[in-house]
Amino acid sequence: MNKNAFIISVLLAFFACFPVLFSNPYWIGVLNDIWLYAILGLSLNWIVGHTGLFNLGHAAYYAVGAYTAAILSTRYNIPILWLLPVAGAAAGLFALAVARPIIHLRGDYLAIVTIGVGEIVRIALENDIFGLTGGSNGIFGIPRPEIFDMRIRRPWQFYYLIGGFLLITIWFFYRLEQSRFGRALNYIKEDETAAEGSGINTAWYKLAAFVIGAVWAGMAGTLFAAKMTIISPGSFNFWESVLIFAIVILGGAGSIPGVILGAFLLVGLPEFFRNFADARMLFFGAAMVLMMIFRNKGLLPPLARKYAGVPRVKGGDA
Amino acid sequence: MSLLSLEKVVKTFGGLTAVNRVSFSVDAGDVVGLIGPNGAGKTTVFNLITGNYTPDSGEILFEGRSVKGKKPHKIVDMGIARTFQSIRLFQNMSVVENVLAGCHCRMKSGIFASMIRTPGQRREEKKALETAKEVLEFVDLWESAGLSASSLSYGKQRLLEIARALASRPRLIILDEPAGGMNDQETAELLHLIREISRKGITVLLIEHDMGLVMRACEKLVVIEYGTKIAEGRPEEVKNNPRVIEAYLGSDEEEDAC
Ligand SMILES: Nc1ncnc2c1ncn2[C@@H]1O[C@H](COP(=O)(O)OP(=O)(O)OP(=O)(O)O)[C@@H](O)[C@H]1O
Ligand SMILES: [Mg+2]
Repeated sequence: MNKNAFIISVLLAFFACFPVLFSNPYWIGVLNDIWLYAILGLSLNWIVGHTGLFNLGHAAYYAVGAYTAAILSTRYNIPILWLLPVAGAAAGLFALAVARPIIHLRGDYLAIVTIGVGEIVRIALENDIFGLTGGSNGIFGIPRPEIFDMRIRRPWQFYYLIGGFLLITIWFFYRLEQSRFGRALNYIKEDETAAEGSGINTAWYKLAAFVIGAVWAGMAGTLFAAKMTIISPGSFNFWESVLIFAIVILGGAGSIPGVILGAFLLVGLPEFFRNFADARMLFFGAAMVLMMIFRNKGLLPPLARKYAGVPRVKGGDA
Repeated sequence: MSLLSLEKVVKTFGGLTAVNRVSFSVDAGDVVGLIGPNGAGKTTVFNLITGNYTPDSGEILFEGRSVKGKKPHKIVDMGIARTFQSIRLFQNMSVVENVLAGCHCRMKSGIFASMIRTPGQRREEKKALETAKEVLEFVDLWESAGLSASSLSYGKQRLLEIARALASRPRLIILDEPAGGMNDQETAELLHLIREISRKGITVLLIEHDMGLVMRACEKLVVIEYGTKIAEGRPEEVKNNPRVIEAYLGSDEEEDAC
């Protein structure tokens, strides 16, 4: 425990000082991407890692959030950060409408249907749905975010904005994970019939988990729109969903540190291998296959929750 | 008025009538056994009571209220808890968390309370943990509370299922072959445990193949064969009922032939 607290403090201090120590905007930009994908990964982790619902269309909710923020901020000049809850709510409502009829599907069936949802959203955006999304060119001229009259433009400023939101995300999901809500989702993942038979409203919890994950992806979409100032459907394609999914599985489904590590590896490492761009996908494909064989719970699998007063396990580290 | 009553309950699967106009009742405080040969429809009757299946026709009343069409979690909330014939634990979770699943429906804290850890939420968690400890001590598993459920022996896993069911504070507990996979020693302890559960004021409905256990544990037996009730009454009456003897001898011969 103390060891973990120490490691966390050192990492926090290091990353808090990073932009001061290394003022290289390129690497700060890379970290911004990592933070963003860590947020997305944690939001999907709630659905996939904790509840065991195979959602392979998470980019759809990310897109709904990004476009909601982009449309409202460009048309009505609403400061984009105010739109965080609005974009989250839009993504959540969309998820509620989509998930309600499909959430009872099991495993691979749900995976296939969610891929379909992701594609439908992308195609709708490309076809300039309701004349709002700008077709395949997307939306540009999204205003920069402002905090206390400070205009957020430079990478280091985004670094603290997105990094701060990541900290809130970690805190939010950590607290939920440690509550009866988190336990209920884990029971469902383990054995849905037994969970229902023990008194857990499985249908409600599955839907709630899905919607909360989508809300969070929608808010991540707002940050993305604010950072890019231009968004287009290409940013929300099937591979985006696969990447977020892979971050969760590689790092360790159900584990917050695991998902963050997954974001570092899948978003950060490719930047080191820019010169071998072609071999990159091959490398990651092979890494995933090896991992599934040798470490199928991910690199940093979740730790069991601790309960005060429960007898210590002999020889264990609990 | 009886605690639980089934009235002419029917359940078919395709062409097969698994439960055929079965009626019986369970009085509060009793230990009632539901027996019959393999495939008689006993587990199906349980699944109808617990909401896993809905009857095609007939009525099931618990404390005067119909359970028909209610979802299983709702029925747990009404006060009926169950165990499964094929053990269904949360294998990769700890023993104490398995029991906390049973506490879930007696808790209320929502997302917001969990996020900011309100005093009410923390009190509720503490209370749930106390309940978990109480039921685990009751089945003598508290020392293993931190282990994962999968590391327990078969017999202990059965006890853990009972503990999880008790954690929901039921008024009726339904046990589907709790002695399955237990050795003689464990079965003797199970008999003691069933009596203890009954002493707590919880009504017990039990499916069991171990006749020694059934005869000693139950005040009343209901016998079904091919989905139809063939006898009902006190254990010694039922044991000497020619219809029951025939059903059991018949099935024994079939088993010998296999
Ligand atoms: N979901 C189902 N679909 C189709 N048939 C079923 C289903 N559940 C049970 N049955 C059939 O209904 C009949 C009764 O099964 P049930 O499991 O209730 O028997 P049982 O008395 O519990 O037997 P056992 O002592 O072997 O556990 C069997 O013929 C079984 O094959
Ligand atoms: Mg059975």
